[in-house]
Amino acid sequence: MPDRDCDAVIVGTGPAGATVAEVLTAAGWSVVMLEKGRNHLLSLDAPFGPMGHVSNDELKMHHRHFLGPDPWLEPRTFRRDESDGDRLHVGEVNNLPSTVGGGGMHADGKLPRFRENDFHAASEHGPIEGAELVDWPVDYDEIEPYYAEAERVVGVAGDAGANPFAAWRSGPYPMPPGADMFCAVLTSEVATKHGFHPYRAPTGVNSVEYDGRAACNNCGFCAFFGCPIEAKGDPVAPLRHALRTGLCDIRPESYVTEVLLDGTGRKARGVRYLDVNGEAHEVSARHVVLGAGAFETPRLLLRSEIGNPDVVGRFLMYHFQTFALGIFPFRLHAHRGRAVTHLHDDPIVPDDLALAAARDAGLPWFRGGIVEHGGASHPISEAIHLPPGPEHTRLMLASPMRDRMAAFTMQGEDMPQATNRIDLDPHVVDAWGIPAGRVTYSSHRHEVECSRHWAPRLEAVLRDAGATHTFSATSPPLPEHAARRRMPNLSPISRHVMGTARMGSDPATSVCDPWQRLHDVDNVVVADSSVFPTSTGYGPTLTIVALAIRAARALAGLEPLRSVRPA
Amino acid sequence: MPVWLTEHEHAVVAAVADRLIPPYDEHPGGAALGVADYIDGLLGAFEVDPPRIWAGGPFSGRAGGESSFDQFMTLSPLEELAWRTRIEGSKGMVERERNGDVIGFQQQYREGIAALGRDFLDVTPEEQDTRLRAQREFKRLLYAHACEGAYAAPEYGGNRSLAGWTAIQFGGDVQPRGYTDEEVTGRE
Repeated sequence: MPDRDCDAVIVGTGPAGATVAEVLTAAGWSVVMLEKGRNHLLSLDAPFGPMGHVSNDELKMHHRHFLGPDPWLEPRTFRRDESDGDRLHVGEVNNLPSTVGGGGMHADGKLPRFRENDFHAASEHGPIEGAELVDWPVDYDEIEPYYAEAERVVGVAGDAGANPFAAWRSGPYPMPPGADMFCAVLTSEVATKHGFHPYRAPTGVNSVEYDGRAACNNCGFCAFFGCPIEAKGDPVAPLRHALRTGLCDIRPESYVTEVLLDGTGRKARGVRYLDVNGEAHEVSARHVVLGAGAFETPRLLLRSEIGNPDVVGRFLMYHFQTFALGIFPFRLHAHRGRAVTHLHDDPIVPDDLALAAARDAGLPWFRGGIVEHGGASHPISEAIHLPPGPEHTRLMLASPMRDRMAAFTMQGEDMPQATNRIDLDPHVVDAWGIPAGRVTYSSHRHEVECSRHWAPRLEAVLRDAGATHTFSATSPPLPEHAARRRMPNLSPISRHVMGTARMGSDPATSVCDPWQRLHDVDNVVVADSSVFPTSTGYGPTLTIVALAIRAARALAGLEPLRSVRPA
Repeated sequence: MPVWLTEHEHAVVAAVADRLIPPYDEHPGGAALGVADYIDGLLGAFEVDPPRIWAGGPFSGRAGGESSFDQFMTLSPLEELAWRTRIEGSKGMVERERNGDVIGFQQQYREGIAALGRDFLDVTPEEQDTRLRAQREFKRLLYAHACEGAYAAPEYGGNRSLAGWTAIQFGGDVQPRGYTDEEVTGRE
């Protein structure tokens, strides 16, 4: 390959890019990985050990942007729709870490699979007015072996028989579940009495030593922290595997400005990036893989003017988050453990009550999402939301908003709408002088009505579990709350960002083909959640990894993985 | 000796810290927790090298392992730009004003403390509260920083003797010891 720097250049080192790097280097390909952020994850010199930078430090990790992006360097902008003008808000909008490891670095690693009918919800359940719900161009049976491989590479701990709604599996989880949190056991027992089906959450956190990495020791600094002992497998495991081949060159603090095309305009020849000193470089490659996340990938496509221009950036989806919160008369110590240890899927498979509520709201159906059983954990975040003065000290000592609080978070399915999109802000720029990404987003009635139905049912569980006071909140806020209160930032806080380069068979209505290649520049592969046609009600990461394995194997000309459904 | 604040300003910030986070029961309050030292450390973060922005890792030594929180981390050129702008303000420098000028923490504190009155330390607590209420924006900034100072790791200058964590029954950083499975699952 004398005329090119590498076989593939990969933009982004999160779960998508890391997975592709592992598969391609194992197949003998040389890859260059370009990462905008710094490297706090693993040494880039053999034996690729931990950097020792991340720590149980709430100030650094939560409040001082250690994993990036610093919203001052990389502002994003938000508006609900065009009637808000150019923007309502500048700064932090759904920021996922900008660092080697990307979103995998900060996630608490809940890694459920989707269900069979998530891949064809449109044809099974029928359309929702005002949403462009479509079937996926792949189905569960095809994806299953890739899910199994993803669970093996990352290292997922779980209990295969525990969730009655789970899709079929070809085998068990690689590890048994880790320690159950006290508050999650409490709420799970009562949820069962309410007819729900809680189960021990599949989690990408080691319950035993795995792949040379330590077992989790329950420190509790999990969600939005990096792991100081590498008990979280995603994405340190695939990156280390890739580095060990000697074929992977990771370049942190390298900001990709553009995908470069050859003279035909139908093939990419590489990318251009700025180094830490702002100097421009080019990497030439046979293939370009984009794994910058569903916010940054469409931003790069728009800058490069590639990908179906009618679709790129559109169909932006999050999860509509419903928080049901209960204050207990005793301490729950949710600051110990993996942040969330139980889930239930019941709102994804609606019962008669939920179906009736949907019909009463004038919708043919609605689906919520997984309900995470967890609590609140860290004191600076607790303190800032309390009033100053004597109330502060009294409430910090009694801790109703942290140590005595149990929380349900429902990750509600978000309908794809063409008007919800990422584009380039006309005025605001980042520290490199490049136009900021702008979110235009309003929830569909589907997720709003679904949330209204489920919040009181979840609060009822908390009351029966012993909560003396319950309440609920949503992100983004319900329309009536957004109108009543003057909110500084109406953007969703969800870090699950999806859909902005959707895949499909028809080049007129999608950006990527079913193998995640751009329809118009087919040596560019989009490996991240940009390709998701729907959001489902599950966390996206395991599906990102499974799809990335599938796309990368296809790219390398490897046989598709197959699995057998147990009789 | 404060690093960036004057002695008087440091005393005013300490007094304010006790109005925002007053001592009560076993909680020592913002002043005794060293909130003023924390804020002074932030305002003067670049008086030392490496700057006091991010404590080191992976362990503090409080739960085993070698202590490394007290070895602060170096910033990249862009990170230094962001934090200097946040603390010092844009001061008319082009690279700090891409999206408009920025008033830094230092100026907000210097002017905010002055606006509380030269005699702030001598007036009644009720009058102090009245004056704080009149400085709404500054009070909001002070409160956010007071919460950080009271409950952040002590390497940042506050949470003196871990008294902030002890009072609220929070274990703080626990790596590499962690918690046992029984401590996670059990009631206590």
